[in-house]
Amino acid sequence: MLLSVSDLSVAYAGVTAVSGASFSVKEGELVSIIGANGAGKTSILNAVMGLVPSAGGRIEFDGADVTRLPPHIRARRKMRIVPERARVFAHLTVRDNLLVGAYGLRRTIDLDRKLSWLYGFFPILEERSSQPARTLSGGEQQQLSIARALISDPKLLLVDEISMGLMPKLVETVFEALRDLNREHGITILLVEQNALASLRISNRGYVLEAGRIALEGTAESLVRDEGVREAYLGI
Amino acid sequence: MSTYFITISTFIAIQAIVAYGLNIIVGYAGQISLGHAAFFGIGAYSAGILATKGGLSFWAALPLVLLICGVLGVILGLPSLRVREDFLAITTIGINFIVEAVFLYVPFFGGAMGLGGIPKIVLFGTRLKGESLFALCLACLAIVILLCRWFTKSWAGLGCRAIASDETAASSMGISPVRFKLLAFVLGTVIAGLGGALYAHRMGFITPADFGFPVSTMMLSIIVLGGIGTLWGPLLGAVILGALPELFRPLADYRMLLYGALLLLMVRFQPGGLLGEASILKNILARMKGGNGNAR
Repeated sequence: MLLSVSDLSVAYAGVTAVSGASFSVKEGELVSIIGANGAGKTSILNAVMGLVPSAGGRIEFDGADVTRLPPHIRARRKMRIVPERARVFAHLTVRDNLLVGAYGLRRTIDLDRKLSWLYGFFPILEERSSQPARTLSGGEQQQLSIARALISDPKLLLVDEISMGLMPKLVETVFEALRDLNREHGITILLVEQNALASLRISNRGYVLEAGRIALEGTAESLVRDEGVREAYLGI
Repeated sequence: MSTYFITISTFIAIQAIVAYGLNIIVGYAGQISLGHAAFFGIGAYSAGILATKGGLSFWAALPLVLLICGVLGVILGLPSLRVREDFLAITTIGINFIVEAVFLYVPFFGGAMGLGGIPKIVLFGTRLKGESLFALCLACLAIVILLCRWFTKSWAGLGCRAIASDETAASSMGISPVRFKLLAFVLGTVIAGLGGALYAHRMGFITPADFGFPVSTMMLSIIVLGGIGTLWGPLLGAVILGALPELFRPLADYRMLLYGALLLLMVRFQPGGLLGEASILKNILARMKGGNGNAR
């Protein structure tokens, strides 16, 4: 098991956002956590990355307990996040954004080869490589955010609400990119999404989060077929 | 060149050096500091005491001065950098007042009477004053500017700029916020210490008030005016704010009022400073370059 989370709780100033969530991701899998707005999806992902402290439970990553480690140490162990709304470094150039993603890794990865691979995957980033990141459109910033995480060769990629604020056509492109990364490049991905159908379509397995608790889990197909899920999340 | 011009220029060069230190902290790493004069003072007092009570030459004392500023930068910076922006502003103001009070009330530092008898810097057997001292200050300024230039292009500089831009995102990319903020802070305090040492030997006599809170405000004004986080902004700001009071002698009493008005106007109309991104001055410079027919 690459990531195994047991009984995770997250609370903000005493208000519980996530309570007792357990889930896991195997190497090579693409797993989705779906749920409505405010169900606690982002809190779960931020707790896995260490950006918010967990109030209880245990997070194991790559065979080690990381529950109490700060985010930059988890990042060095090759866990990366594509945060909600991309959060690119607005004043740095596109290329510098990518280099930040490779921070501390210049000895272990071939930077030039990695850059050209990423530019092949997201050609727009090469075109804009010397522009400040804030001049990019929302979709381009999402691509940059993904590329910035990928440059480090992550073992686990956490992806937070990537469809948020994107036009439908772009949502499709971004999800296709994620599927390719998983299927063809073997990158393990944990996705949290409000757009349940689009994310389940590309996933192996999924979890349904309701009011901070895991309500349902199963293979992506079984969830898509589930009556309750269809009614509540897929609008079918 | 007239003595008057040399004197003013030497002060401007020293102020520019100190401002470059602040620019690393505020501009590159995004950590507000309103107590930068404290480290300017620590540098000046260390140099003064090592010269008068320790009998060391400027050159023998300089490494020690820089070390003292660096170590105190770590000790005072570590707790400060754990708090967020607004608290950091207040904490650094506090540092400034405490350091000034130590100089004022601890007899070892000369108290309110100040510390006098600091000798001139001697280089190759000659005592530096006037033009030769100005040349030394310019050389130090050049080294500091080169250091800043190297820093912005280095990996450490990139880490600092990432933290300034989005601390959370940077930390989730393997960059330790505390470590890089501290690095920028210490680099800034060491550079302030260099300025302090030059100042102490230039003046020969220093008092705690030379390093009070108004001086910190002045340093911040310099970089806000010139352009926070730019390479040439601190120099431009130091020249303008150093020359203005001389050009407007009759208005000397209203100096602080003018600074205040200038800062307000800058923040309102040119928040990036004179040399900031898309500033009026930069646009004019770009157009002049274009006018030469060599535009790309």
